[in-house]
Amino acid sequence: METLMAYVVGLLFTASIYMMLRRSIVKLVIGLIILSNAANLLIFVVAGLTRGAPPLIPDGASEVVGAVADPLPQALILTAIVIAFSVLAFAVVLIRRAYEVVGTDDLDKMKDTDT
Amino acid sequence: MKTNTLILHTAALAIMPLQLMFSVFLLLRGHDEPGGGFIGGLVAASAFVLYAFAFGAESTRQLLRVSPRDILAAGLLFGLASTIPAFWTGQAMLTALWWEVPLPGEGYLKLSTVLIFDIGVYLAVLGTLMTFVISLMESEE
Amino acid sequence: MMLLAVLSGFLLAVAVPTLYRVAGKHIGWVLALLPALLTAYFASLIPAVSDGETLLIRNQWMPGLGVSLDFMVDGLALVFALLISGIGTFILIYAGSYLQGHKDLGRFYVTMLSFMASMLGLVLSDNLITFFVFWELTSITSYMLIGFNHEDAEARKCALQGLFVTAGGGLVLMAGLILLIFITGSYSFSEILASDLAIHDHGYYTAAAVCILIGAFTKSAQVPFHFWLPNAMAAPTPVSAYLHSATMVKAGVYLLARLNSSMDGDALWSNSLMFFGAATMLTGAYLAFSSTGIKKVLAYSTVMALGTLTMLIGVGTEKAIIAFVCVLVAHSLYKGALFMLAGALDHETGTKDITKMGGLWRSMPRTAAITGLAALSLAGLPPLFGFVAKELMFESVINSPGWPWALLTAAVASSILVVAVAGLVFLKPFFGPVRTTPKQPHDAPVAMLIGPAVLTLLALIFGVAPFLPATFVLDATVSSVYGSGVETALALWHGVNVPLMLSGASLLAGSLLFVTWQRLHSTLYAVNTAASRFGPEAGYFRFMLGITQVASWQTRVLQNGVLGIYLLILVLVTFGLTGYTLFTRHGFQLDFDFSNGYFYEFGIALLIVAATIFASVTRSRLGSVASVGVLGFGVALIFIHFSAPDLGITQLLVETLTVILLVLVLFKLPPFVNLSSPWERYRDLAVAVFAGAIMTLLMLAVLDIQYFDSISSYYIENSYGLAFGKNIVNVILVDFRQLDTLGEIFVLGLAAMGVYSMVKLRAEDQHKP
Repeated sequence: METLMAYVVGLLFTASIYMMLRRSIVKLVIGLIILSNAANLLIFVVAGLTRGAPPLIPDGASEVVGAVADPLPQALILTAIVIAFSVLAFAVVLIRRAYEVVGTDDLDKMKDTDT
Repeated sequence: MKTNTLILHTAALAIMPLQLMFSVFLLLRGHDEPGGGFIGGLVAASAFVLYAFAFGAESTRQLLRVSPRDILAAGLLFGLASTIPAFWTGQAMLTALWWEVPLPGEGYLKLSTVLIFDIGVYLAVLGTLMTFVISLMESEE
Repeated sequence: MMLLAVLSGFLLAVAVPTLYRVAGKHIGWVLALLPALLTAYFASLIPAVSDGETLLIRNQWMPGLGVSLDFMVDGLALVFALLISGIGTFILIYAGSYLQGHKDLGRFYVTMLSFMASMLGLVLSDNLITFFVFWELTSITSYMLIGFNHEDAEARKCALQGLFVTAGGGLVLMAGLILLIFITGSYSFSEILASDLAIHDHGYYTAAAVCILIGAFTKSAQVPFHFWLPNAMAAPTPVSAYLHSATMVKAGVYLLARLNSSMDGDALWSNSLMFFGAATMLTGAYLAFSSTGIKKVLAYSTVMALGTLTMLIGVGTEKAIIAFVCVLVAHSLYKGALFMLAGALDHETGTKDITKMGGLWRSMPRTAAITGLAALSLAGLPPLFGFVAKELMFESVINSPGWPWALLTAAVASSILVVAVAGLVFLKPFFGPVRTTPKQPHDAPVAMLIGPAVLTLLALIFGVAPFLPATFVLDATVSSVYGSGVETALALWHGVNVPLMLSGASLLAGSLLFVTWQRLHSTLYAVNTAASRFGPEAGYFRFMLGITQVASWQTRVLQNGVLGIYLLILVLVTFGLTGYTLFTRHGFQLDFDFSNGYFYEFGIALLIVAATIFASVTRSRLGSVASVGVLGFGVALIFIHFSAPDLGITQLLVETLTVILLVLVLFKLPPFVNLSSPWERYRDLAVAVFAGAIMTLLMLAVLDIQYFDSISSYYIENSYGLAFGKNIVNVILVDFRQLDTLGEIFVLGLAAMGVYSMVKLRAEDQHKP
């Protein structure tokens, strides 16, 4: 399953980078969302996929029973999801603000706004 | 942005308290089972977002009573404060401390700096999301 | 207790605004209680320290990084701590009167107390990293205090200059300290001093010594970095008196003295100290003599004293170290007093220019008397402590192991100049014909005179009975700088000897020089103005100009404003380098073995693929947003299915909120249109496919090999035992890696503030007519 997911993640990266290279600012945002999903999946998949064994210690026990999924990448991704969301919110508001000021959604026409 | 559907209004009123209780439940059990500050905060935020969609930003602000930025600030302070107690016991900063408070009847209440920290995370996530949503909705009006 | 003593300044600083409201104009007296208590506390440590004991107080801070809040109290640290808290007491009282009614008095006290705490931390720290943290804190608080009158452009410029020089030097110092840690393998001053490791034989020694010297020289305003100190006089006078004469500028000297016994033994160390010290001494004395503003005169004479101190460490004999400690104490006493008196003059007459003052002794008799005594100490005349210090300085220079004649010439020349400077400070304003000043002069209030009076009195007592300070604490100080036990025998009267004759000669020559000052100073002024075009300060300005020019040049070249090009370059470079490394280290290997999956897992994968492709090709914004949502839910399914319930829930919630956010914002933007030419689209697609392919190959390679053992087993095994938690993911977030999570919620906070201010900003724009 990891092998298949490697191709899926590759496709996600392709799509996100293609979208981010578009001149339309909305497509840039879409690309950004796909990119964060791609990165999260990447970390998740390379740590190995485990079915039906969440990293929890059962009630009454003080150690995990058997092999469990790797908790470390999960902790990384959990923070990454929330951070990605707030960065996205920031980007989206920034973009809309830029659009209001400049009056265009074409990134190539935004080049001289700071002068 | 304010919608006038009866269904949404009724549903929001009914669901929101449940969602808030659920979020606190998720927060408290987070250390032992799926849940925790991040998830709890997100659930609580979505409860308020639902309310905001039904009744508008202004009434959500009144419902919250404090500014979402104050919630955020309180969260960050909780997070910081949880790192301090270790100093007084001569341990390194960020060392977790645990206290077990016996409850009437069976069982113990597990109190810890970790729980304080998780509450901080909960408030920070809630505050951040509500700042996003309320300020955006107000700019629409 | 020690931790509290050091940090109490910060704690009190927090309470200042509240206290200010309660105490009103008596705030100075109230706040001065803290340094007074601290002085008493440090004084209570004197018996133990003068018995030769070194107190070590250990506190954890970040043990994993070798950083601790350990404090070391030996003679050197104790003398500094006493000076800082003792003079601080009077400065706080003085400032309450000097800045009475100033609208920012509260802010002043906040920074001043923070500075005091940082300075105490600096001299008491045992840990090199903590020492550096406090070192930088003093630079920052000094910056805020120099720029206290922040509405004045000149003050801002001077503050920035001070910050650039000291913080730039601070960076170099950090490199030096890290090298020192490499050499000795220890983070602790006490361990470094106690070890008998021959530091100067190590390969890094030269680099470490040069870096530490530069750091100390910038802080202590040694040539060629001396120019920032006189400019720092833009600060209110209490600040100049405290930071820029008595305490902060001595931090560099403190560091040199602290490390002297370990770093010594190499010609580089002692020669550069002697050379730069003597050069600074002479430059400072000359510039002090040729200035007219009373604060500038005092600032340059501080530069001179700092040079003397550096030179004496460089000479390094037992006598020289005794002289060092005496000059240190004497200078802090008289210079702190003189600055406060200069402030009183300025405050009462309304001018800083000594050519505009004269005959003030009639209207300000008490101020005049105290200034007279302090100036005697500055000139090095008996019976004040300054005399004892100067005699010792002459004596040690005569017996210097290197360049005795050159150093002696410099020392005599500067003491001639300093006698004249003392005349300028005392005789010029108080005697001679009465001149009209902008304000009607009268004696300064008690709060402004108590500090100078006590400090001068101390200088007098120490001068008449030099065995008093010697037996109490100076012996221990000399021992801790020199590295082994030393008995000092200080006396006011050494009999008729060479130093005494030199003193007499310089008094005579200095008096002559003072008499001719009136005629000389316009010539000197012209010479200095001409020279300043080539001096180090001009170099500083040229450097600053250069930085802005380079910055605008590289902005023109690298940042031409087309976002697509940046991104293209970024993607190509990142993935090109990754791909190259992957190819040379591992080679490209494709793998098509999909047999270990269930059909519904293929279903989820297919859903993700379909959603992604649709989001990228559709012309409808709603379709695009919706399919990105589907993609997110697909990813959530993957998380849930593969044993990550926390992730699944989070992803679901965030995905919902994302869609809401996009709906709120994105539909204010125009619909999709094709802006790029087909050629551009094919180019971008090729780049994107290249990047995606590299990522796939990289993942396959990662799945194939494993270089390191996973560190997760530690978390899995210790989750319950150490952290009492059963949800290991949550335990990692809030316990094992709590600091990272703390950082993360601050990032959340920043993003929220960013969004809020952008929305708010727009609202204000609309209100504009």
